[in-house]
Amino acid sequence: MDPLVSDLLALLGKERVLFEPEHLAVYGFDGTAALSGATSCVVFPETAEEVSQVLKRAHAAKRAVVTRGSGTGLSGGSIPLNGSLVLCLARMNRVLELDPKNLTIEVEPGVTTITVAELADKEGLLYPPDPGSMKISTIGGNVAENSGGLRGLKYGITRDYVMGLEVVLANGERVQLGNKCVKDVAGYSMKDVFIGSEGTLGVITKILLKLVPKPQAKKTLLATFSRMDAAAETVSAIIAEKIIPCTLEFLDKITIGCVEDFAKIGLPLDAEAILLMETDGHPAVVAEEAAKMEEVARRCGAVNVQIAATAEESVKLASARRAAFSALARVAPTTILEDATVPRSELARMVNFIQGVGERYNLRIGTFGHMGDGNLHPTFLTDEKNTEEMHRVEAAMKEIFDFAIELGGTITGEHGVGLAKKSFLPGAIGNASLHLMKQLKKTLDPETLLNPGKIFDLP
Amino acid sequence: MSKTPLTELPPQAVIERIGRDAPQGRAARPFYLKELDYSVVQQCMHCGMCLPTCPTYDTTKLERNSPRGRIALMRRIADGDLEVTETFAKEMYFCLGCLACETACPAGVKYATLFEYARADIEHSGVLNNPQRDLIRQLTLKTLFTNPNLLRFVGRLLWIYQATGMQDLVRSLGLTRLLPKKMREMEPLTPTVNDQFSDALIRPVETPPAKRYRVGLLTGCVQDLIYSDVNRDTADVLLANGCEVVTPRSQYCCGSLHAHNGELEAARDMARRTIDSFDLGALDAVITNAAGCGSHLKTYGHLLHDDPAYAARAAEWDRKIKDIHQWLSEIGITPPRPGVEPQKVTYHEACHLCHGQKITAQPREVLRAIPGLELVELPESTWCCGSAGIYNITQPEMSQQLLKRKLEQVDATGAPVVATANPGCLVQIVSGLRASGRDVEAIHPISLLARAYREEGQE
Repeated sequence: MDPLVSDLLALLGKERVLFEPEHLAVYGFDGTAALSGATSCVVFPETAEEVSQVLKRAHAAKRAVVTRGSGTGLSGGSIPLNGSLVLCLARMNRVLELDPKNLTIEVEPGVTTITVAELADKEGLLYPPDPGSMKISTIGGNVAENSGGLRGLKYGITRDYVMGLEVVLANGERVQLGNKCVKDVAGYSMKDVFIGSEGTLGVITKILLKLVPKPQAKKTLLATFSRMDAAAETVSAIIAEKIIPCTLEFLDKITIGCVEDFAKIGLPLDAEAILLMETDGHPAVVAEEAAKMEEVARRCGAVNVQIAATAEESVKLASARRAAFSALARVAPTTILEDATVPRSELARMVNFIQGVGERYNLRIGTFGHMGDGNLHPTFLTDEKNTEEMHRVEAAMKEIFDFAIELGGTITGEHGVGLAKKSFLPGAIGNASLHLMKQLKKTLDPETLLNPGKIFDLP
Repeated sequence: MSKTPLTELPPQAVIERIGRDAPQGRAARPFYLKELDYSVVQQCMHCGMCLPTCPTYDTTKLERNSPRGRIALMRRIADGDLEVTETFAKEMYFCLGCLACETACPAGVKYATLFEYARADIEHSGVLNNPQRDLIRQLTLKTLFTNPNLLRFVGRLLWIYQATGMQDLVRSLGLTRLLPKKMREMEPLTPTVNDQFSDALIRPVETPPAKRYRVGLLTGCVQDLIYSDVNRDTADVLLANGCEVVTPRSQYCCGSLHAHNGELEAARDMARRTIDSFDLGALDAVITNAAGCGSHLKTYGHLLHDDPAYAARAAEWDRKIKDIHQWLSEIGITPPRPGVEPQKVTYHEACHLCHGQKITAQPREVLRAIPGLELVELPESTWCCGSAGIYNITQPEMSQQLLKRKLEQVDATGAPVVATANPGCLVQIVSGLRASGRDVEAIHPISLLARAYREEGQE
C-alpha cells in the first residue's frame, strides 16, 4: 500500500480514508461539465488540527492536495489532477458561533451556504451571497471561489462578507486572519489573499462572516420581452435611473423553456427573454422602486410586467432561476457554462454578440445570468462526444471572451478560473498581473502542492 | 381452467404447484447499462443539486452514496471502465430508491430507470450470489410474489400464528432469540395480517346508486394481506364518489418488487398478468391506493413497449392507471357531511407518491375535504421514512435512522394522527410508533375519508 495512505489511515481511521476504485471514481469530477481527473486517496478531516496533520504528511511525501467541499464548482477547481490527494471538508460542518451583538457568524468550511442563510434568517438577519447551488455548496468552497449569486449587484459577493479566516498553509502551519472588528488595518489584509484563491494558497478551516439586517419588505417583478436586447436595455436603464435592485436576472427563450419544463411555475414560453427583478428594503422605498422599475421596463419595450402576489411566489421564481443551468441539460447531452462579465452599460452589445456567435458557429447557446451586475452565463448546448462540434464551441468561447475583454469585462465573474478558463487568463489580465500572482503562489506554496495546475501552470 | 385455491391444498401439493407456476428462467441477454442509450447517463451533468435531497448522502456525506455518485459509477460501467463489482452492487442496494433526486434534478435525469437497470445488471452478474440470499430471493420474489394464492396461503398461516396468540407467546418466552440475528431484528417489524383478505371484503362488482364512472380496483399483494381494510375503504370512497368498482378476485403482484430488485423479466411477466386481470376497454380508470405499486404501475407502457402482444394495451393501461387521490381530484371529491370529531392530522408523503408520481397536492385535497380535519404540515414531509420496499429488512441500520428522524418530525407537529398512502410506510411507521410507545395513529388518507363518510351526519 501507498505509504502516505497507510500513514493517513493511522491518522484518521478507515472510515475517513477512501482508496477503493468505486470511491475514487466519484471524486474525479465536480459540477463542471466535460472535465474530470483522478485521485489516489480521499480523506475527511474533521478538525483544523487534522487538516494540518494531513498537509504535513502530504508535504513530507511531496504529494499534491486538492481541497473539496460539496463539489459543485463550475470551473473544475476541485478536480484532482494526476492522482492528487482529495481533502474533503464536507464533514467539517460545525456552526461555531452566531453573534447577534456583532452581527457575525463563525462556521467551519463544510457548513452549507443555506445553513448559514437559514440561521441568519432566524435571527432576523441576512447572509446575502446566494450562489445557484446554495442548497448544497459549502461556505468553504464559496470563500475559496469567491462566489457571487443573484443578489450581487446590491449586496456584493462572498468577499464582502468575510471578516476573518483560519487557514492552514501548505506546510501545515495554522494562521488566524482578520477578526470581528469592522475596522482593522493592522498590516496587510491577508484574508483577502485567500478569498478566491481556489485552494491554491492554503486550506480554509474556519470562517467568520458578516451578517446584515434582514430587509423589511421585498417585491418581485417578472418582465417579459419579445427582444433580447430590450431586456438588456432595461437593465442599463434601471441602473441609469440610480436604482440598485437586489436582483436583475435574465433568461433567454431556450432557458425559459427548460426552467419551465422543470419547475412548472407558468413562465411565458413565447417570450424571447424575461427579467426577474427584485427590490428589497424599507416598504416605502420598495414600493417606489418597484413602480419605477415597471415603468422603465415598459418604456424599454417589455410586453408584460407582472408582480409576484405572495412571498411564496417570489421564492418559487428565484428557486426556478437557480435551477437554470442544470435545467438546460434537458435539451443537450453536454452543457458548457460560461461566465463572461461586462460593465453594465455594455450588456446589450454583449447579448447581441453572443447571439451572433451562436449563428456564425452554428451552435445552440442558452443565455441567462445576473444581468444586474453584468455577469452573463452563455451556455453551449452540445455533446462532448461530437469532437467537431466541440472545436466550434472552443472557438466560439474564445470569441466571446475576447469580446468581453474588449468591452472592459472579464472572463469569469463568479465561477473562478480553475481548469476551465486557465488558457484565457493571460489574455484577460496581462503578463505583469499574472507574474505577480505566480510570485505570491511561490511564496506561500513553494513546492506547488496545493491544487497544482489550477488558475495557471507553474513550470 | 379454474384451480383449487392453495389455501385448500395440502402442503405437499402446495409445494408442487409452486414449482410448476414459477416463471421460467429468462433468456441470455447483455447488461442493460452497457446497451443503454448513452444520453440517459449523460443527462446527469453532476451539478450536485440532488445531494441535499438524498437521505444516504445526507447521512454519510460520501459522494458514492449520492445519486450523482451512483450515476457516475453506472456511467463507468456503461463506458466499460468498471465491471459490476460487489462494491457497486452493495452501493446500489444501499440506495433507498426513494427518487427524491428525481424531484430535485433540474436536468430531468431518469434515475428510476437507471436504478432498475443497475440492480438488474447486478442480479445478472451474480456478484451478490450466495446460497442464503439466492434461496430467499427464490422463495420470495420468484415464488411467493409471483403467486397470489400462495401469498394468501402464507398470509393465512401468519394470521393463525398471530391470532391464536402464538406470536405473543413466542415473544414473551423470548423464543425469538433462537432466530438468526438478522431475522431476530426483523421480527418486531412483522405486520399484523388481517383476518379477511380483499376478495372476502369486496364483491366482484359493486355499484353505487348514482353511477358516474366504472373503475377497476387493484388490491395489491402485501396490501391485500395486511391492509385489506384499506382496500375496502377505497371501494367505499369510490362508491361514495359515484364509481362502480370492479375488483378481480385473485390479483398478481404488480411487479414493482421485482423491478426494484433486479428482476426486470419477472416484472414484465407480472405486468402482463396484471393487465390481463382487467377488461380495460370497459373501464374509465384502474385505481391503485398503494404509492409504491402506483409508481411502478405507471411504467407498464415503457416496460412492455417492445412486446408486440402487449405494447398497445400497456399504453392504454398507462392512460387509465390512477392513484386514488389523483382520480378523486380529477373527478372532484364529494365532501362528506360533517360528522363527529374534529381531528388534527399530519401527512407523510410516500416517496413513490410525491417523487415517483409527483402527486403532492391531491392527498392534501382529500384530507382537507374531511370536515373538521385540521391538516398540520409535517416538516420534511417528503423525506423517506426508511421503509423503501424491503429496505427496512436489507438495511436495518439506515432504515432505523430514517424512521427515528421521521417520528421526531411527527412529534414536532403534535398531531395524534399521521396519514400516509403506502403500505410500506404504514408498516414502518406503525412499527416505529409501537416500539417507542408513542400514542399516535398511522392511517391511510383514504381510510380517514371512508371513516368520514361512515360518520356522516352523526352528532
